[in-house]
Amino acid sequence: MEDAPEGYEGGVVKKFMYVNRRAPHGTIYAQESLEVVLIGAAFEQDVSIVFLDDGVYQIRKGQDTSAIETKNFTKTFRALEMYDVEKLYVEKESMEARGMTVDDLNVPVEMKTSEEIGRLMEEQDVILSF
Amino acid sequence: MKLSVVVNEGPYQHQAADTAYHFCRAALAKGHEIFRVFFYHDGVNNGTRLATPPQDERDIVKRWSELAEKHDLDLVVCVAAAQRRGIVDEDEQKRHGKDVNNIAPGFRISGLGQLIEAGIESDRVVVFGD
Repeated sequence: MEDAPEGYEGGVVKKFMYVNRRAPHGTIYAQESLEVVLIGAAFEQDVSIVFLDDGVYQIRKGQDTSAIETKNFTKTFRALEMYDVEKLYVEKESMEARGMTVDDLNVPVEMKTSEEIGRLMEEQDVILSF
Repeated sequence: MKLSVVVNEGPYQHQAADTAYHFCRAALAKGHEIFRVFFYHDGVNNGTRLATPPQDERDIVKRWSELAEKHDLDLVVCVAAAQRRGIVDEDEQKRHGKDVNNIAPGFRISGLGQLIEAGIESDRVVVFGD
């Protein structure tokens, strides 16, 4: 885990929410979003991650990117627990629209409705959407 | 209010880079403070001084540089995203043995921790992207 930058004194804990909306491959948003989460862990903030729309595919089990010659970074989601990032949510409507259940996912998540996620968003200090 | 701005899309390709600039200018005109502008994903391409847009078009990079000089703005380009896309300052040029650097005046290259710190230090973080 990386250290917080020099000059950062710490102490302030804010609610940070990362919103992953896009499919894992095809664009780099998902991969670079995960990099923010991992670096951000050093700051010991109150972090949650939401997967919605095609973003639910980011944590789908059994991904193999060898044919497209990209790094299968999605395995790294399983390491989030070690970074104390434990609040993972998926949007129920997005899962249902794609015929997915939590059994299709490679990390433990809490399923919430769009409305519940909306309420969670209202509680946040910082929302970074990717 | 103390604001930070995140720019996630490249210049010309996407209006997000323009809108972020106009937002910064308007916020400053209203007397708000911009703690930091953080460039991520293809947004790092806002920071190359080698861009040469047609003369009858807006010069997005130069516009950022001028705004930074006028208001002492902190324009930070994410190092990981910059390395992938070839945005290079003098330090990076030496470190990776490149024959040139291309960072525009007023920009600096630093880590993702700067984004998290911006979230902690600012009253609001405003994300411009797709």
